[in-house]
Formats: sequence, structure tokens, C-alpha cells
Amino acid sequence: MKRKNVLALGLIAMMTAATFAGCGSSASGDSATGDSASTDGASGKVYYLNFKPEADEAWQEIAKQYTEETGVPVTVITAASGTYEETLSSEIVKDEAPTLFQVNGPVGLANWKDYCYDLKGSSLYNELTSDSFALYDGDAVAGIAYVIESYGIITNTKLLEEAGYTIDDIQGFDDLKKVAEDITARSSELGFSAFTSAGMDGSSDWRFKTHLANLPIYFEYQEKGIDSTDAIEGTYLDNYKQIWDLYINNATCKPADLAGKTGDDAENEFAERKAVFYQNGSWEYANLTGKGMTDDELAMIPIYVGAGDEKNQGLCTGTENFWCVNSEASDEDIQATIDFLTWMVTSDAGTKMLAEQIGVIPFKNAADTTNLFVLNDRAYTEAGKTPVSWNFTTMPSEEWKNGVGSALTAYAAGTGSWDDVVSAFVDGWATEYAAAN
Amino acid sequence: MEKAIRRYWPVFVLPTLAAFSVGFIYPFVQGLYLSFCKFTTIKKATFIGFGNYAYAFQDESFWHSFWFTALFTVVSTVLINVIAFAIALALTNKIKGSNVFRTVFFMPNLIGGIVLGYIWQILLNCVLSLMEKPLLALNATYGFIGLTILMCWQQIGYMMIIYIAGLQSIPDDYIEAAKIDGATTGQILFKIKIPNVMPSITICSFLTITNGFKLFDQNLALTGGEPAHASEMLALNIYNTFYSRSGAQWKGYGQAKAVIFCIMVILISMIQLKITKSKEVQQ
Repeated sequence: MKRKNVLALGLIAMMTAATFAGCGSSASGDSATGDSASTDGASGKVYYLNFKPEADEAWQEIAKQYTEETGVPVTVITAASGTYEETLSSEIVKDEAPTLFQVNGPVGLANWKDYCYDLKGSSLYNELTSDSFALYDGDAVAGIAYVIESYGIITNTKLLEEAGYTIDDIQGFDDLKKVAEDITARSSELGFSAFTSAGMDGSSDWRFKTHLANLPIYFEYQEKGIDSTDAIEGTYLDNYKQIWDLYINNATCKPADLAGKTGDDAENEFAERKAVFYQNGSWEYANLTGKGMTDDELAMIPIYVGAGDEKNQGLCTGTENFWCVNSEASDEDIQATIDFLTWMVTSDAGTKMLAEQIGVIPFKNAADTTNLFVLNDRAYTEAGKTPVSWNFTTMPSEEWKNGVGSALTAYAAGTGSWDDVVSAFVDGWATEYAAAN
Repeated sequence: MEKAIRRYWPVFVLPTLAAFSVGFIYPFVQGLYLSFCKFTTIKKATFIGFGNYAYAFQDESFWHSFWFTALFTVVSTVLINVIAFAIALALTNKIKGSNVFRTVFFMPNLIGGIVLGYIWQILLNCVLSLMEKPLLALNATYGFIGLTILMCWQQIGYMMIIYIAGLQSIPDDYIEAAKIDGATTGQILFKIKIPNVMPSITICSFLTITNGFKLFDQNLALTGGEPAHASEMLALNIYNTFYSRSGAQWKGYGQAKAVIFCIMVILISMIQLKITKSKEVQQ
């Protein structure tokens, strides 16, 4: 009888254990953890919740290398594309929370400032080339920018030549319009279109509701001498309309089909030489060369919208990616994380990986890059042109972007009017800003 | 046997109970508490009382989603059950290859909702584009029709299996007796088959109603709530409240909406269970 009871208890224990077995390993993913106690007395560990899926492999490699060199365990887990906020929300409350995460600018910081360790005076902060790359929460340094990126209109110079132009012929919106419309007029004879599809599917619409929308915001901020606002006036929305009309009327597909076009569609059209112009950023370089495009047929030109001093306009350059150290982590882990990041931005291996995989990094010991678009940006700046700053980090919420995106899509398809875009842009801004603050 | 079960009940109950508590009861209670809080993460929550509910009740987008979801649930429940029952009837008559048909009809159920959503989006957009009509993301009516087609395609096979099981469990004597008494096919269907498959109807309508209300991944993939939230269903509305705004207050709003949503689904499915169960007959 007793034996049976013991058996029953044993069974219960086993089945309960089996039920929970799955829970422990939820923070899976490739990690380069090692036993910290066993190697040269290093204490603390690093857990990086990575935002860029395209750089996951490189992060895993470098984490392994760092652990081998120092004995400090570094775990890198990458959130699936578009799910960073969700992943961070659930990871950060775990016992083994990320010691390192990221926010995208001041609006992103609003959600996470309670978790940001003040990095002022840290070895990482001291490596920054300029204070302007730090993200401030009052006086505290809540985040450190780790990559400077540029976006503009990626141009296939060979196709442009076939159409009878060079990039020097495009010095402003009027030139761009002339070239694009000429290509459209002769597209059946040339065999390609002016622009790739301005896809408004979720994988692509950020190029227009965020990046393109940055331009009217930038010019308005410039005019008023401000760097954020609680109510946008939309003084440059006519310019936004101009460039949007140009994109949708000179593309590889009908404007009504844009709602279903994806980011991959646009990228493939460009890589297959079906279009001359493709609005995207320096992060696209690896994808395009990976698809067989070569440096001698690529260039990035500024997005001209017919506003400001176009002769001296450069690429849109800035950052929205900031590293933050989790203030809730233990002191050892915070120190280990700062040490790891300092190593990333000072050591040969670290800066090389960042420069090659991520882009230009704003640190004193940064390695140089081979990214053509970044070199384009540098050339523009050296020629005395002013880069357009990234102001989309001040957009009041994701909801605002979605509103503008929906209105743009409907306008392109003819089911909505431009007034709807204006109202989503201006009224939406005020409403969303009020709701967020 | 029964004695053994009575003695060893913990072996059977405890593991499931433990899993249920950890996976459902604890998060549910915590969720309930969080709906009265302002929070960014569940560890740092400040109690604020009923403010979140006040917001949720006056949020127009929430009510729009509710009516959209309710309409969708009614339409999809009727369509799925009627068609699934019709197919089940056809496949329980001895026709050639009925097993192959059963497999074919069941297969869509094996594909995940997100994947189905994207595949149907491409398909439907192509058709709409050929017809020169606005695409799914531009017209909420097409979005609604698209969602209904997708759900029918996915769920009819599953419900069909349940109906087949129900139909097969009706004793042949009933139908033979009815035939001898001279009942018509229609009479056999309405007086014998349907009353006898009422348990299956209860299960299937319960599943379709709750599936309709809870629908999330298909909605996210097929229309994403476009245009301008017009095709956004309740679950997606809650998700968007949670994640597409900045500022701590939104999580609380989302949580309050989720609690209201949960209560609504429970209420509606309980009413449905009560109605259909009362119509079940004893064999």
C-alpha cells in the first residue's frame, strides 16, 4: 500500500516537472554564454536584446569572441522584425532581463525612461565623438546612439545613363521631375520605369509615412528654428504631395495597386533593373550588392521636394537607434554591459563588425566603412552640403504614422483625397501629441 | 477501476491544475489587477482605479471594432456551420472517395492563421486588381468579405469533421424506421438528423462564435485593420492600443479593453451554450 503511495507521489512529481520543463528555456536563441565563475574571475554578464534582425549573426559572432577574450558571458537575442516593443515589454520583467536594449529616439524613450541607466561620464559615453549623439532624459544620458544612417533616393546610374542623363543633371525637385517624367514617357521603349513601386504594405510603408514625411517636418522645424512641436502646421505639405505624386505616377505599377506592394517587391524591382530610382537607406547596400548590383551602378541622391536650398541639400542623415543600459540590472551586470559596449566601440574587432554590419558609428575609434551610400553621404558633406536631419523621432506615435500611411494609400488609389492626408498629418499630430503627453 | 481513479486522482488532476493555474488563472488575475493600473511593464504598475475602463467605454474605435467583430461573427458562424453541415451530410452518404474529400476539406485547418492571411491577401488583391476594384487595404467592405471567405475556407473542414462524427452516431434504426413510416428526406433531416446532432451543433457554434470574436492573426495579416482602422476587429484593436502608442497610460487602456472583451466573449458563448444545449435530445 505504502509503495503505491510513493509511486503515486513520484508520478505526480514527474508529470509536474514535465509540465514546467518548457518554461525555463523561453529565452532561447543562440547565445554565447559561458560559466562566468570559472574564467579569470570576471563577474557580471551581458544580455543584449537586439533590434536589427539583419545583424543577428554578426552579433552572435562578436559576442562569442568577447566571451572567449574576457570570460564575460554575452547573450544576444534578436526580436523578430517589427516586434521589438512587445519582446522588450515581456523580457524586461523577467529575472534574467536584458541588461542592454534600445529605444528609438525621444518618443521611444517616453516608454522606457524608468529603465534607463544614466550613462553620463561612463567609458562608453566618453567615446562618443559628439554630445549630440546622446539621448537625454533631463540631464541624464539615457541612451547612446550607435549608428548613423543615411537615406535618400538610391539611383541606378547605368539605367539613368541609358535614359540620357547623369546624376549631375539632378540638382533639385524640378530636375528630378523632368527626368522621371521623361523616363515614364519613354518607359516602354527603354524597358524600365523611373521609380520602384512605392509599396504601402506594412513591410514598406515606413519609407513614406516615416522617412518621406520627415522632409516636410524638417523644413518646418528649420523655418521655425525648433526641434520638436506639439502641433505641426504642415506648411510644407504641398511639397510632400509633389514628391508623392511623382513617386506614384512614375512607378512600375499603377497607383491603385500600391496598397498591396511590399518592401521586397520594390527591392527586387530595383535589383532586377526595372526602375532607376528607389527610396531607401544605407542599410539597403548589403541587400542590393547581395542581389548582384555593383558599386559602379549605384549612387544615393538627396530627396528633393522643392523646398529649402536644394543646391546645398544633402542626404537625410541621423539616427533613431540608441543603446540603453537597464538600470534595474545588478551593478555587476551594468558594469559588464558598459565594458562590453566600450570594447565594441574601441577594439578592432568590435568597431570593424559595427562598421561593416551596422554602418557608421559615432565613436572616436570607429573603423572605416565600405558602404557606398555612407561614402556618398560623406562626399556630400565634404562638398559643403547640409544633411537633412532625422526629425521623425519626434513624431508623436506609431498611431500617427499609421494614420498618415492609410491616408497616403487611399489618396494614391483614388479612394481618398489629399485633404485626408493633410488632416491625418496636422490634426492627427495634435491629437496624438495630446494623448501621449 | 473506478476505485483506482478515486484513489489516484491527484496523478490525473494536479499536473493539469498546476499548468492551468500558472498558464491561465495567475495571468488572468494579474491582468484583472493591471486593468486598474497605469503601467509600462507589469512590475511597475500604479493603481489608478476605474480610469482605464472609463476611457475604454468611450473610445469610439473600440465600439467600431466591437460592431465589426459582432457582425463578422454572426455572418461567419452561420456560413461556416451551414456549409460544414451540408458537406458532412454529403460525405456521410456512401459516395466514392469520401475519405479523400474529408482530408481535402480538413487540410486548410492545418495552416497557421498568419500564413493564410498573407496568402489570401495576395490572392484577393490580384482578383480585385484584375476587376479594377480598390484593394483590401482600401475598402473595409472588401476586407470584411475577404475575412469571411478566409475563415470559411479555414474552418469549414474542421466543423465538418465534428458534424460527420455526430451524423455517424445516429443509430441506423431511427432512419430505417422513419423510411418505413414513409418520411421524406426533408423530414428525416429536420425531425431526426438535426435533433440528434444537436450536441455537435452546440460544439461547432461555440467554436465558431468564440473563434470569430477572438480572431486576431488572420485580421492582422489580411487587412491589418486598414483602411484607417475600419476593418479592425476587437483583438487587433486591443493590440494596437497596447503597442502603437507611446506613453504609459495606453497599456492600462488596452488592458481594460481586454478585460471587457473577455467578459463579452464569456457572456455571449454562455448564452449560446444555454440555447443550443436546451435543444439537445437524449438518444
